[in-house]
Amino acid sequence: MRAMWGVMRAELVGAGGVVERNAYLTKRYIWWDVAWFIWTVANTLTIVFIAKGVESSGVEFDVNEYMTYLLIGAVVWAYLGILFGFLMETVAWERWEGTIEYTFMAPLSRAMHLAGQGAFAILYGIVRAVFLFGVCTLFFSLSMPDANFFAAMVVLAIASISFIGIGIMTSVLPLISPEKGTQLGFIAQGTLLVVSGVYYPVSVLPDWMQFLAKFSPATYALEGIRQAILEGQGVTDMADQIVPLIVIGVVSIPLGLWVFRRGELYAKRHGKLKRSG
Amino acid sequence: MIDIQEAVMGVVPVQKGLAVEVRELRKEFRRKVSRKSGEKRTRVALDGVSFTMDKGETVAILGQNGSGKSTLVRLLSTLLLPDGGSARIFGYDVVSDERAVRRLVNRVSVEASFFKKMSSSENLGYASRFYGMTSKQTKHKIPEILERVGFPSDRRGEPMEALSRGMQQKVALARALLTSPVLLLLDEPTTGLDPRSKLEVQEFIREIRDTHDSTILLCTHDLDEAEALANRVGILDRGRLLALEPADDLKRRYDSSTLEEAFFAATGREFEAEGDDDDDREVFA
Repeated sequence: MRAMWGVMRAELVGAGGVVERNAYLTKRYIWWDVAWFIWTVANTLTIVFIAKGVESSGVEFDVNEYMTYLLIGAVVWAYLGILFGFLMETVAWERWEGTIEYTFMAPLSRAMHLAGQGAFAILYGIVRAVFLFGVCTLFFSLSMPDANFFAAMVVLAIASISFIGIGIMTSVLPLISPEKGTQLGFIAQGTLLVVSGVYYPVSVLPDWMQFLAKFSPATYALEGIRQAILEGQGVTDMADQIVPLIVIGVVSIPLGLWVFRRGELYAKRHGKLKRSG
Repeated sequence: MIDIQEAVMGVVPVQKGLAVEVRELRKEFRRKVSRKSGEKRTRVALDGVSFTMDKGETVAILGQNGSGKSTLVRLLSTLLLPDGGSARIFGYDVVSDERAVRRLVNRVSVEASFFKKMSSSENLGYASRFYGMTSKQTKHKIPEILERVGFPSDRRGEPMEALSRGMQQKVALARALLTSPVLLLLDEPTTGLDPRSKLEVQEFIREIRDTHDSTILLCTHDLDEAEALANRVGILDRGRLLALEPADDLKRRYDSSTLEEAFFAATGREFEAEGDDDDDREVFA
């Protein structure tokens, strides 16, 4: 029992080490992060301005609601980009710096290694998403009288588990293909959002894309967050979103770890863990 | 040196008997040479290598670039899977008991390999967490170990990219020792260093060998380094271990007065000076 506790404690300390390392890196690259955040704000503003553009063409609709609708899509897109980016860097950045072999030969289990990476990504991503949402809301003086921000955060937190599971699967790509893996990860991220109704209802998509949307956690996350912020729905009112998110999360995490393990074994068999670049 | 490891990682009993037991170890790599035809070239990196090491022993493996030295180190560090044969570290198989092996082994390679924007203290800090060491445990240990390797205390906060190769290699040695390995794998730790840094690193390896209970496998280009530091010297050529004996026995066996002559007699090839064969290394080493 004592030995088991020792191992568990060591695993938690190891996962904390991943968080600690990413905190150091964020500190060292803080101006790069600031620049990237400003770019994201600008990008988000251009998307939300689309609602203003439609209004100026004479179409009558609730422009405040539509701008909030677009803003939620842009913030979730940015959040997912951060999550996938950090998980992709599990391999890509470490390979670039040459530390990957030292990390992979440490006695930390891969599950806790990736858990540490995912935990930091969620923390960093949520802080950034809140800032992004706040800055854009102030810029457009958006009004959200019915918003239930607590319920929106709960949906985002539950969805994050599924996002991490899928992110782990995509993070294996740079392990298998050092040259093309990262780009393939971006394709996965983009595809996930396109079928999930990032700036439009899923119902406008072709049938085959609507079918794919059923398996994407982003579909339920976007729908749930919009219901919470635009309609003020509470956590208990959103079982249609939360239950599928939990199911996808329960499946995607073990599946992600299994896929990563396969990728790691492939890399070890073919000598692809080595530094390149 | 295993006390901290046992305290924080749970017990990994170091089994009695041989420290390293390698039997008929084989590894080959395939590389696509033509995109059109899909033709692949195969190169045998290790070809049935067998040897053993006793606890506390230092063994040097001499070999040219591409001879299989780094492949051997990677296999023993669980970073590669063998295509045949077996390797055991203190009784633990590198494939089936990889977690136990990882707790017992650490490595210093030719590239220091750090997050370049982070300082030496930060790099050592997070790396030690992967071995279960808390910040409380490393608060004093990191400065102590950096001091032992001769790293100036006023440069601990500087990013790694601001340090010389010699300094970086000292931090790499500190990183390896911080985790108290019972088997230390040194893969050309002094290659590319200036003469002074080289001597300092060698002196530190000598200190580890003489004062700690670590077993050391040193893969090197440097004949003098091998002779000075190792109890036995092996010659690895094109993936095959041709000999592994005390340096004097090796010279006697090949009727040579120097290790360089012995190497030539064993392999039929001149011993190259240190060179950069990254292309070859990238694919096969």
